[in-house]
Amino acid sequence: MTCWSSGGWSMTNLVAYPVLLCFGTGIVELLLHGRVALQRAVALLASLSGIVLAVLLTYTIWTSGIQVQTAGGWPVPFGITLTADLFSGLMMILASIVLFTTLLFVFRDMNPDSERTFFYPVLFFMMAGVNLSFATGDIFNLYVAFEVMLISSYFLLSLGSTGPQVREGLKYLLLNTVASSIFLIGVALLYGVTASLNMADIAAKAAAEPGNPYITLAGILFMVVFAAKGALFPFYWWLPRSYYYVPNAIAPLFAAVLTKVGVYGLVRVFTLIFIHDTGFTHTLLLALGGLTMVLGIIGAVAQHDFKAVLSYNLISHIGYMIMGLGLYSVLSLAGAIYYIAHHIIVKSGLFLVSGATSRITGTTDFRNYSGLLASNPGLAYTFLALAVSLAGVPPFSGFFAKFALLKAAAQQGAWGILAVALAVSLFTLISMIRIFRRAYWGRPSGQRIQRDRKDYIATLTPAVVLLALSAAMGLGGGHMMDFALAAADQLMHPNVYIDAVVGR
Amino acid sequence: MELLAALLIGLLLGVGTYLLLERNMIRIVLGTMLITYATNFMLLTSGRLKTGRAPLLGGSEVQAATEGVGGVVVEGISYVDPVPQALILTSIVIGLATTAFAFVLAFRTVQEYGTDDLLELRGVEHD
Repeated sequence: MTCWSSGGWSMTNLVAYPVLLCFGTGIVELLLHGRVALQRAVALLASLSGIVLAVLLTYTIWTSGIQVQTAGGWPVPFGITLTADLFSGLMMILASIVLFTTLLFVFRDMNPDSERTFFYPVLFFMMAGVNLSFATGDIFNLYVAFEVMLISSYFLLSLGSTGPQVREGLKYLLLNTVASSIFLIGVALLYGVTASLNMADIAAKAAAEPGNPYITLAGILFMVVFAAKGALFPFYWWLPRSYYYVPNAIAPLFAAVLTKVGVYGLVRVFTLIFIHDTGFTHTLLLALGGLTMVLGIIGAVAQHDFKAVLSYNLISHIGYMIMGLGLYSVLSLAGAIYYIAHHIIVKSGLFLVSGATSRITGTTDFRNYSGLLASNPGLAYTFLALAVSLAGVPPFSGFFAKFALLKAAAQQGAWGILAVALAVSLFTLISMIRIFRRAYWGRPSGQRIQRDRKDYIATLTPAVVLLALSAAMGLGGGHMMDFALAAADQLMHPNVYIDAVVGR
Repeated sequence: MELLAALLIGLLLGVGTYLLLERNMIRIVLGTMLITYATNFMLLTSGRLKTGRAPLLGGSEVQAATEGVGGVVVEGISYVDPVPQALILTSIVIGLATTAFAFVLAFRTVQEYGTDDLLELRGVEHD
């Protein structure tokens, strides 16, 4: 922060910029209340700058190592530290890309009344919470970042204030409040044992006494918290109901980014702090991952609603990421990171297609319509490409991400989880083809809302952009895998992270 | 003192959990409030239960005070640990905002459905 006070536009503050950008934009949007056109312009500009900043940050981490910034210049264990490694940088890039594509869709699809009602300020405050979660190196600050994100998400979820929205919003809020209390109990335990809140400092102190049962206990509490926020078995039940009532326009952002923040939290603490009893904790994570995959996909094949199928699929695929964490090797974590990147891009693309489809049909229940392929081939084929990418068919990104995970499982002889992962892939394909067959194939039926061609192209564009990204991540799989391996290597060597923070 | 604190935290968590299992939504919100109080108290105990001076140190003393778990001793005088108090303050503010919003949502739900019984508010599939 010394550079900040001397007025320098220094690179050392780079970690804070994505967070500050979102907070600043939120405040500006607040001042522009009522002027929707201006708000849109500012939002678009800010989201593009967000991508640039996140890429710049990641490039800096790639060339010169983990970036650390201590707020106010306090010596390390006392002040709040912002720390970003390659994994954090990648998450920030993905979150800002999804924000950008979601905004393109919001301009078309958001209810105009809702859009005027403090939508943009709260959206950017939520993104500030998301970016802060990725950037922070302080466990209590992580809690604060979660709360900033969650309070904004309560607002966005109940925006429009219809009956089901406030009802499900209340349940979502109550679950998260209880989970946050458990988070704080975990923080209190860690602080009681290590007298520190800095994650790197806690990790160093935990490494000094690896057998401490209180640290493992705190680990289990954090597992519960992040499992509840990331929709992991047995805490996933809130997701299909809540996300169903999120307005279509911002559902991509909720589905792709918010649950991944929970996954990020799990990966962060279980590769940095709670790594001294892996036989217990990581095996438990592996089991939770497997159960999440299976139960999520059973839900997905039983649903008749576009958004509901996607929501259950989302739960199921979070299992893959946790499988990578549970196997706990460089290759499996690289697979998990690759999978997170792939999933954020493809899942938000699918939610965008679902939103674009319901703009034409007026409903997301695909029993009420069929045969969209004839009238809207572009939409149908975009869906099909994204669907096969989700299921893991080359050349799209899903194949390489899954390949790395399965190879890691085979190397470690974890045949059970390998079989589960393969079977769930097959059922993912079945559930997606079911949507394609029912909604897009067959004889045209159901109502159609007439809109002009410009509107159709504008709503389809963000999904096509994400599809192109998925294809690029698949065709450039070698580069992406190199990056994921480098990020996983950092995660598997927590000493690098600890030295970067504590050794300053 | 430690035992008393542990029992009180346990009591608050127990009552809070009992209220969470009720069907009336206002009681559930009250339950989350009690659980929040329990966690605040837990945070307080994480700085150790002891008496000491207010933690206001001069510039040179900061260096000497960097060691020890839960509270510091500088030149023979005991100071309480300020960090848990700062955490509790943050937690109270966040709890206030969340509870206020929960009551708004609860109020709107009652307005929409005319009941505060969560069993009647399960909702049919994707209405």
